[in-house]
Amino acid sequence: MITIKQVRKSYGDEVVIGPLNIEIPKAGITSLIGPNGAGKSTTLLMIGRLLNMDEGSITVANMDVAKSKSSDIAKMLTILRQENHFITRLTVRQLVGFGRFPYSKGRLTKEDEAIISKYIDFFELTDLEHRFLDELSGGQRQRAYVAMVLCQETEYVLLDEPLNNLDIARAVQMMEHLRRAANELGRTILMVLHDINFAARYSDRICAMKNGQIAAFGTVEEIMKPELLTDIFETKIEIIDGPYGKIAIY
Amino acid sequence: MSTVEIGLATNRGAGGSLRARMTGAFRTRRDARRYWLLLVLFLGIGLLATLGLILYKNPVPVDSPSFIPVVQRRLTAVVAMFVAALCHSFATVAFQSVTGNRIITPSLLGYESLYSFIQTSVLFFFGASALAKFSGTGAFFLQVALMIALSLILFGWLLSGKYGNLHLMLLIGIIIGAGLNSMSGFMRRVLSPSEFDLLQSRLIGSVNNADAEYFPIVIPLVQATVLLLYLLSRKLNVLSLGRDVSTAFGVNYQAHVILFLILIAVLMATTTALIGPMTFFGFLIAMLSYQAAPTYDHRYMLPMAFAIGFSVLTSAYFLLYHVFRAQTVVSVLIELFGGIAFLIVILRKRTL
Amino acid sequence: MHAVNEVEIRFQPRISEQKNKSGRILTVPFALAVLAVIALGVVSLFTGVYDIWGQADGRDMFFITRVPRTIALMLTGAAMSMTGLIMHLVTRNKMVEPTTIGTNEWAGLGLLAVYLLIPSPTLVMRMTGAIVFSFVGTMVFFLFLRRVRLRSSLIVPIMGLMLGAVISAFSTFVTLWFNMSQVIENWFIGSFAPVQAGRYEYLWIIVIVTFLVFLYANRLTIAGLGEDVATTLGVNYNRLILLANALIAVCVGIVAAVIGNIPFLGLIVPNIISMIRGDDLRSNLPWVCLMGMGTITLCDIIARVVIMPFEVPVSLILGTIGAAVFILMLLRQRRSRRLR
Repeated sequence: MITIKQVRKSYGDEVVIGPLNIEIPKAGITSLIGPNGAGKSTTLLMIGRLLNMDEGSITVANMDVAKSKSSDIAKMLTILRQENHFITRLTVRQLVGFGRFPYSKGRLTKEDEAIISKYIDFFELTDLEHRFLDELSGGQRQRAYVAMVLCQETEYVLLDEPLNNLDIARAVQMMEHLRRAANELGRTILMVLHDINFAARYSDRICAMKNGQIAAFGTVEEIMKPELLTDIFETKIEIIDGPYGKIAIY
Repeated sequence: MSTVEIGLATNRGAGGSLRARMTGAFRTRRDARRYWLLLVLFLGIGLLATLGLILYKNPVPVDSPSFIPVVQRRLTAVVAMFVAALCHSFATVAFQSVTGNRIITPSLLGYESLYSFIQTSVLFFFGASALAKFSGTGAFFLQVALMIALSLILFGWLLSGKYGNLHLMLLIGIIIGAGLNSMSGFMRRVLSPSEFDLLQSRLIGSVNNADAEYFPIVIPLVQATVLLLYLLSRKLNVLSLGRDVSTAFGVNYQAHVILFLILIAVLMATTTALIGPMTFFGFLIAMLSYQAAPTYDHRYMLPMAFAIGFSVLTSAYFLLYHVFRAQTVVSVLIELFGGIAFLIVILRKRTL
Repeated sequence: MHAVNEVEIRFQPRISEQKNKSGRILTVPFALAVLAVIALGVVSLFTGVYDIWGQADGRDMFFITRVPRTIALMLTGAAMSMTGLIMHLVTRNKMVEPTTIGTNEWAGLGLLAVYLLIPSPTLVMRMTGAIVFSFVGTMVFFLFLRRVRLRSSLIVPIMGLMLGAVISAFSTFVTLWFNMSQVIENWFIGSFAPVQAGRYEYLWIIVIVTFLVFLYANRLTIAGLGEDVATTLGVNYNRLILLANALIAVCVGIVAAVIGNIPFLGLIVPNIISMIRGDDLRSNLPWVCLMGMGTITLCDIIARVVIMPFEVPVSLILGTIGAAVFILMLLRQRRSRRLR
């Protein structure tokens, strides 16, 4: 369970995020949606302790992210940002192997190697595992990054716009993998998504943000309502029933 | 071996060969072999050049009483080269990994400007005799301490706390260096030509500036720092992935960056005080070592960097002393090549 | 420690903001500023060791050294500030100026090259050498900026300063090899003390440059928006970059040959003006020139007075004060940052 209590963050006098109060339950995929500047990424970064909050507290599985030791948190929670550039040249396997760092501290045991192999296979990167990252396509690279954070085997996985720069096929593929990770591996995934339809199709819950506040939080059914979405995105949105569930038309 | 094979799935890699699925520092075994070969090669060159420097064209025969002093003097220079190579190689590679940028060098943090400023100030305010006397362990450690103090101020002020920003600190370090250079330049202008010459030799990095009396403390200090840095290689590997990824893996980014920067500061301050400024030497070594050691793992990169640095320095001195007879120019030439290497790298870069 | 991209946002020129709504130049504050600079000029005319009232040839000295010196100060101040402004526009980065991208060092190298090739070079030859090398150096940096995608705008001055250090190291090598240390040391210490009638007149070319900058102001601003935008708006991007480059090179080259190294002026002055007035090139240009003139005159007066009867070179004052101001600027910005 991710508990956010009275969290605020401000930049100068202008931008204010919060106060945020929400409890995100364990298991399944929760998507964070909302218009630009709503504060989704900032909130995600605060949960992942990559950003400090000015007030309030965030607890993940009973660990206060501001007060607990980062190495302990790293066994419970991980976060992947949108942009990742590494100055060293890594192969896929070496990259995914870094995911074991909180446990192995860089010394990989046989068990670690087996786990790494498992996640490489899970994300269908087996044939690419010894290729350098810069030799891969964008979609393959993104899979490798997600494999890395999943290899960390934390209960909670935070992803900031994992579908950016992916075409439809790769994006669907990524969401299928994440859905499987949530179902088969029991992870709790919280991700910022721009596309409301991807969120609706693959998530269990949706949290909608607007103007630095949480506007709505509930199951997909509860959130996919035309009035609610129209209000949040400030543009006319209709909901129809599609073959896989509700679809937003705009 | 068999239990490993049972435990791990095997994978047919490129070329169809069955390979146990392991994560190594090198991509292929050929890369690994090449690494070890190059390492041995560079160390070999370094060793040969060292022997050459000590024994070649020794003007005095072996059985003469002044043989040993001559050898000792040469040995001092060689030891200074060893220290310089060790410091610059480890400091630059670690610095580039910590800052996430392969186009900068730790010299940017103002060590050399501070060193020049101190030397010039002593001459300016206290005269030539004072400068000549400004040697000896006291003066040496004063300079080292001042340089480390400057670094600590920079790190403490600009890197810690809420507003810590690495690039900002680098920029401010450079600017402080520029300001100090300005003042040094003015002081030098006022000096008489003879005083100027006295200063000139000290302001250009040369192993002949090194004084053996510092060695008993410098060598253990440098070796301890280098050892510590090496033992922390795994942390350095993670840090080089950047702030966000390191934090996600539970590494206290800020604390570790400051720790590494302190170690780097110790190395840079020591080598600058020992032999003088060598701005682009470290950059040159680092660039070459990334080519020679195609891996992310610092446990392999750092030793290769040292090997290259040592062989470059000793060979350069040997060639320029004995083959080209142009003794004074070694450091400047190395700086020149380092500078050219820098230009090549930035012209080929796509992303910074 | 925060992500790197925070501080940079503040360093993007705010083209859209126009604090001076009318865009007019001849306003009351401007007139006051002109008066202030004239006053500084007058002070400069009468500051100095030589007793122009008492001595018999005092009047001659006045016209041979004082007047030329003050005029040279004005022209140099305007020139170096303007080059900074042009660079800010074209590179969209406020920390770019002749000192921070190596242009000054290239000019110094140019001087060195001329001394090497020609036994006793005239001022014109030295100027030409400095201008040509400045042009090359600035071009190299601009090309580099275009090719490389930058993740932080603080990297730009860091790269530029390293480039400057490389050129500087190269110059040191050349001076040692050919035994010409004096040339570089003289250039490095830019000072107005040797300015006399007959030796500084080339600085007047800067007036032409100023005129051209004013003429091309709008097009230069558009070029600063990037090649794609500029082309879409019908502006010949490459030609404009070359023009901007040429203007910068002429200013820096002439100053380098006649006076020497003048650091940081192109950084401080345009940034202070844009902090107060926003980023409209056309109406900022007179202010930038004016403030440049005032700043350097003030620094030179300080240089003459601080250890009277001896003189401190103005580049020392500028170098130290400039460094301090730059640092303050950076620190001020780091608190007001926006994270995406």
